Amino acid sequence: MKLLKKMALKITVFLSLMLVSWRAVADYQLNMTSGVTPVSHDVYLLHMTAFYISLVICAVVFGVMFYAIIMHRKSRHPVASKFDQHLGLEITWAVIPLLILIIIAIPATMVVYRMNDTRNSELVVKVTGYQWKWRYEYLNQGISFYSNLSTPMNQRANLEPKGEHYLLEVDQPLVIPVGEKVRFLITANDVIHSWWVPAFGVKTDAIPGFIREAWAQVDTVGTYRGQCAELCGAGHGFMPIVVIAVSKADFAKWVANMTRGKVNADTMLPNKTWSKSELLQKGRQTYNQNCAGCHQTEGKGLPPLYPALASSKITLGPAVDEIQLVLAGKSGTAMPGFDDQLSDDDVASVVTYTRNEFGNNTHDIIQPRQVAKIREAAKITHQSEQSSPEVNV
Amino acid sequence: MSSAALHQHPHFFPNPLKWAARWIFTTNHKDIGTLYLWLAMIMFLVGGAMAMLIRAELFQPGARLIDPEFFNQMTTLHGLIMVFGVVMPAMTGLANWMVPLMIGAPDMALPRLNNWSFWILPAAFTLLISTLFMSGPAPDFGWTFYAPLSTTYGPPSTDFMIFAIHLMGLSSIMGSINIIATIINMRCPGMTWMKLPMFVWTWFVTAFLLLAVMPVLAGCVTMVLADRHFGTSFFNAAGGGDPVLFQHVFWFFGHPEVYILILPAFGVISEIIPTFSRKPLFGYVCMVYATVSIALLSFFVWAHHMFTTEMPVAGELFFMYVTMLVAVPTGVKVFNWVTTMFRGALTFETPMLFAIGFLVLFTIGGCSGVMLSLAPADFQYQDTYFVVAHFHYVLVPGSIFGIMAAVYYWLPKWTGHRYDERLGRWHFWLSLIFLNITFFPMHFLGLAGMPRRVPDYALQFADFNQIASLGAFGFGLAQLIFLWVIIKTIVSGKAAGNKPWEGGTTLEWDLPSPPPYHTWVHPPHLD
Ligand SMILES: [Cu+2]
Repeated sequence: MKLLKKMALKITVFLSLMLVSWRAVADYQLNMTSGVTPVSHDVYLLHMTAFYISLVICAVVFGVMFYAIIMHRKSRHPVASKFDQHLGLEITWAVIPLLILIIIAIPATMVVYRMNDTRNSELVVKVTGYQWKWRYEYLNQGISFYSNLSTPMNQRANLEPKGEHYLLEVDQPLVIPVGEKVRFLITANDVIHSWWVPAFGVKTDAIPGFIREAWAQVDTVGTYRGQCAELCGAGHGFMPIVVIAVSKADFAKWVANMTRGKVNADTMLPNKTWSKSELLQKGRQTYNQNCAGCHQTEGKGLPPLYPALASSKITLGPAVDEIQLVLAGKSGTAMPGFDDQLSDDDVASVVTYTRNEFGNNTHDIIQPRQVAKIREAAKITHQSEQSSPEVNV
Repeated sequence: MSSAALHQHPHFFPNPLKWAARWIFTTNHKDIGTLYLWLAMIMFLVGGAMAMLIRAELFQPGARLIDPEFFNQMTTLHGLIMVFGVVMPAMTGLANWMVPLMIGAPDMALPRLNNWSFWILPAAFTLLISTLFMSGPAPDFGWTFYAPLSTTYGPPSTDFMIFAIHLMGLSSIMGSINIIATIINMRCPGMTWMKLPMFVWTWFVTAFLLLAVMPVLAGCVTMVLADRHFGTSFFNAAGGGDPVLFQHVFWFFGHPEVYILILPAFGVISEIIPTFSRKPLFGYVCMVYATVSIALLSFFVWAHHMFTTEMPVAGELFFMYVTMLVAVPTGVKVFNWVTTMFRGALTFETPMLFAIGFLVLFTIGGCSGVMLSLAPADFQYQDTYFVVAHFHYVLVPGSIFGIMAAVYYWLPKWTGHRYDERLGRWHFWLSLIFLNITFFPMHFLGLAGMPRRVPDYALQFADFNQIASLGAFGFGLAQLIFLWVIIKTIVSGKAAGNKPWEGGTTLEWDLPSPPPYHTWVHPPHLD
């Protein structure tokens, strides 16, 4: 009996500890979201069904077990019965789980079919995972952009207070209309990523060299946040997804804006001469967003996989070589080409930055028009070598 | 047994070289069992320390202790060490010690092979852990080393991991051949198949699983090696390969591996619950068939780890249905254990406490397993902390509690001393409480949207991460009690007598404690 009391005390302490932790966090999300698409609603219902069935099973099993623990302890029930088999009982507990499983399998099967039905979509967006950002291409609208984490480095380094959407905010979110079936074509450029927006019930692996499909029909206007779900290297935790669902009219406006904005960007001040401090300031931003993941904020890299930029042959050698390397990448290594990701301004500033930071005092100043020239030259040689591949959908 | 005539465990050797030579050249199943168990204990502390670092980094949002690159190395090595360095060696150590004693055999069938299969392991783990001290990162792509992160993008140290895995696989294959040969050939007269203790049965089945899938793992790492260095493109789309092929090959090994980690624990629990219920195991025959059917099913469920890579609807449905089916034999086992306790005469010594802890928490892990098997829901759970919670619930209170229960159960037999029951209970209750504080909140984190293997996280995940980290530190500290109990029992303690547990029925309890160096030289006869 003493032991029983001791055990009861321990269990009480345990439960109250659990309860305290529970109440402290009552405001936080504990459960899966029901989301904003037909599929996410279905998945939520399936999840809750399985959860309640699990609760019942646990209650029955633990109920019988604790009954035995309390009633059939040796002090109370000194002589054990000797029964060790009962065909009927044993068949029963093979059949009961089987029946329960069949009951859950039916709705699950129906949802599987619905999830896989990507027909009749009205908008197609190609999603490409990069180390460590996403690229979105609206195939029929001719819109294409990269979406980078926009949380400042200082917040990550605990030098500034963290914002409300810490690590779940991007510089340019994906925008889709509500009420339309949007089909996502998902792939990756380097390693496997996974595009996950919990509110859509969509999580699809982005596999380099292959295209996978998913779809969402969002029923509510709003901002939905997700993250890359497949380990993809050091920046895996830093490539969030933000989707803004807007009304169809707003979406049309956004598309018009984007196509106009693109023309502007191309013709914007091509011959402006930048000052060194302007370049360094922009360069730091560009560097932290695109390069620091591998080469590290301090330029020390993680050799030998990610070489250091501090006093390296590249940053101290001819500037033309460095610009070409940034644009074309280096095959056989983890260094991707940034030709279609960075503008001339970006490349000029980031090259200037790396050549004047980390103790690299070359005093070089690179102007965007120099980059434009090198880019142009590279394009001509590239085109004469091979025709650029088309995206087939 | 004329035990006095046989030489006893030599306690002291004046010459350290002789002492080392004894352990290096030993072919005795008890010595080798002890070596395996100590290796597992050391690796448990190493892998545990890595878990502590991971949880320390995740204690608060923001970059804190270790950079994201090192964080990935820690998750990778923590996983590899816990799976290959802790649970597998510990289970093999238990098999080495107990299978010959329980079936009335004088030793393992292939004693020299036995020596070799152990001594490969320290070399393998030295190779694996040495990657931490190389220039350049240690393996940093998770214990599942998915291509192309481990091929094109893997650090140079990946090759060391590959060879370490080759060695571990070699060791496991040799160990399992030995166990199979022993169980088939060396059962004492009268020990028919349907009289085998459940622990021996589960190990027999496990050994076949090992034999079947360790070569697949070896093939998998060899393909990675070839892609890295010999110009092949198994996993590279640019050369006509497919990164998803890697996952198929890996999980064809990986899923049976999960049952390799848990089946011997099922065996341990099936020994302990009857002993402390003073009642025979309920439905022995069913338990045997359930074990075999779990093993068979394990070969047809691998792609449930890959639903989000997308597959044809028929494939998705097939893998969902077969995975759900696993719940039937597993359920039968749980119900049979509970029925074994029912109307017994229960006492709650430490091994039984761990067995009950196993039963409760493994059932919770099993339920989340059924939830994960539902393909559409898996799209939401996959690669989140929900999965982390699930597999830690089946591995920590499953495999690890199974091992701890076994250690407390057989420690009196191995050392001849009773362990400190009070310390044992402290160890159990602290472990139970802290492991729930660690892993239960992870269910919430996963459902609320936190991906796994991230070094930093959004603010809404902060509180549960903090709770989980505190629990993990507590759990880690509680394991020092375990180490302390073991050392204390080895050096001192009340004499255990042949049979410290009233309800024990298997053959090892007929032997003295500690058993003489050579046991069952004359096999016992069963009626
Ligand atoms: Cu990613």
